[in-house]
Amino acid sequence: MKIGKMVTDAAPASSSRSKLINEKGFFSRLTDRTSESRGKLLIYGSALLMIVAVTAITLFLTVQGLRSFVVDRLNFWTFITGTEWFPDRAENPSFGAFPFIFGSMAVTFLAALIATPIAIGTAIFMAEIAKKWGAKIMQPVIEILVGIPSVVYGLIGLSIIVPFMRQHFGGTGFNLITGAIVVGIMILPTVASIAADSIRAVPDSLRQASYAIGATKWQTIWRVVIPAAGSSLLTAIILGMSRAFGEALAVQMVIGNVGKIPTSILDPSATLTTIITLSMGHTTTGSLLNDALWSLGLILLLISYVFIVIIRFIGKRGEKR
Amino acid sequence: MNSKMTNRIALSVIIACAAAMAAILVSMLGYILVQGVSSISWHFLTTSASPFLAGGGIKDQLWNSFYVLVITMLLTVPIGVCGGIYLAEYAKPGRLTSFIRTCVEVLASLPSIVVGMFGMLVFVNYFGFKYSVFSGALALTVFNLPVIVRVTEDGFHALSRHQKEGGLALGLTHWHTIKTILLPAAFPSILTGIILSAGRVFGESAALLFTAGLSTPDLDFGNWNPASPNSPLNLFRSAETLSVHIWSVNTGGIMPDVQTIANGSAAVLVICVLLFNLFARMLGKVINQKFSGK
Repeated sequence: MKIGKMVTDAAPASSSRSKLINEKGFFSRLTDRTSESRGKLLIYGSALLMIVAVTAITLFLTVQGLRSFVVDRLNFWTFITGTEWFPDRAENPSFGAFPFIFGSMAVTFLAALIATPIAIGTAIFMAEIAKKWGAKIMQPVIEILVGIPSVVYGLIGLSIIVPFMRQHFGGTGFNLITGAIVVGIMILPTVASIAADSIRAVPDSLRQASYAIGATKWQTIWRVVIPAAGSSLLTAIILGMSRAFGEALAVQMVIGNVGKIPTSILDPSATLTTIITLSMGHTTTGSLLNDALWSLGLILLLISYVFIVIIRFIGKRGEKR
Repeated sequence: MNSKMTNRIALSVIIACAAAMAAILVSMLGYILVQGVSSISWHFLTTSASPFLAGGGIKDQLWNSFYVLVITMLLTVPIGVCGGIYLAEYAKPGRLTSFIRTCVEVLASLPSIVVGMFGMLVFVNYFGFKYSVFSGALALTVFNLPVIVRVTEDGFHALSRHQKEGGLALGLTHWHTIKTILLPAAFPSILTGIILSAGRVFGESAALLFTAGLSTPDLDFGNWNPASPNSPLNLFRSAETLSVHIWSVNTGGIMPDVQTIANGSAAVLVICVLLFNLFARMLGKVINQKFSGK
């Protein structure tokens, strides 16, 4: 009895003391609006969600993308290198993804080829030649254009570039180069805006030193500014390429969607993204074609990762120098 | 050829590049607006789309676009801002932090169609949300998070150290300092970034194709009960947005006035994006003036 009383006496005292030290219990730490723990929970939870999102995307797409090789027993090598895409053929359907991989690569490189000179030229103009004009007018306009939705670029390709191609080069007008032009125009503002930023980041002392030894404006730009901005200019171009590579609907509207390897840039063609957009909607989950499309999606994801790795690599090398 | 000559030639080439850029972009915007504005009318904005006949409008699509945008923002902004605060305030240099930074970078550069496929797999099929506003908003959240995170982090980094030190010196906890001092101070720049990202979300199409669907049920704009299937507020109905509409009309539309509908929708889309941009810029300017007292 006495012991029991002692215990009951001691308990409130110790709990009130612990309250003085700890101030709050576990529960109220989470409900108090100003408590550090609650804030941390919120913040760390959100940061964790970012990791969860990336992991989930990679994991789910990998699992689903490997189904066609593991469950349906397609040969990985013939899938990658095969050139015949006839999923609907009644006997012996064939899944060769190479035309799409080739198409994606071709569109990406042609788009970069078209966009790079114009975009870099514009960036130099904005950051070196007409600084005031560039900052006041060109920069905001380009930033607005970055935000124009890609379908709009597709629509413009459809209503201007396709008829133009049809008139001057024959055929239907839906072909590889039309797709590349549309995507090239689409990535112009992105590349130009990042390139201009990287040129502006070159310290002025370099330019002054160059002018001081008698260099002309162009010699300064070509020999001093561009090498100094080098790696970030390359990053701008590759970022543009990765955007071109992942673009789906704008390309799909103008490229013609023929699953064969184009023999010239005036042939209709198809890319990884366009075949997914076109076919994914009317396949049933678990069918062979559906699995093959997921495998194409996986290839798309992997190549996007390659772009990310290249950008990081260039960025690191730029930092070291 | 002497260096002066080279200089002159090279500079003219650069100016020509810039002129070409300006010409391409201006003519493009001009084309869309000129072609499109003529087909925008009150009738076009307030009629439902018709699958076969001419004279259909974009009422439902326009509503869906804004509705998906609002839901996306409700999901993205809290998570994105908290993630940004983590990177700006709590992240200690180390493996975890650099991993999270890589994750943000990866999310930002994933093709939107990959995000759409992921959304289809997880939200549409696995969680069983079907093609719906909610699935679409979740997919767009994945797509938009990295932007908000970056905007928030930049906003916090731009603040002066004294504000934080002042808060901590008064004995506030770190979180309380963030909540009552730093966040309000960084709010203007974060808000500008959020509005700009809203323009991007508004125009996104590839991620929505497989998540929000290609059709809209007959919406009854007199019925605001979120649980009924044809209510505009229903989260679990399919919802074709404006940008998806432009694509689907052009690839599979059989109405006779496809061109008019596509041009009109594109003009509406572009005008909305422009308005978002101008609004963000104006807001930034006004707030900046207020704070700097000029």
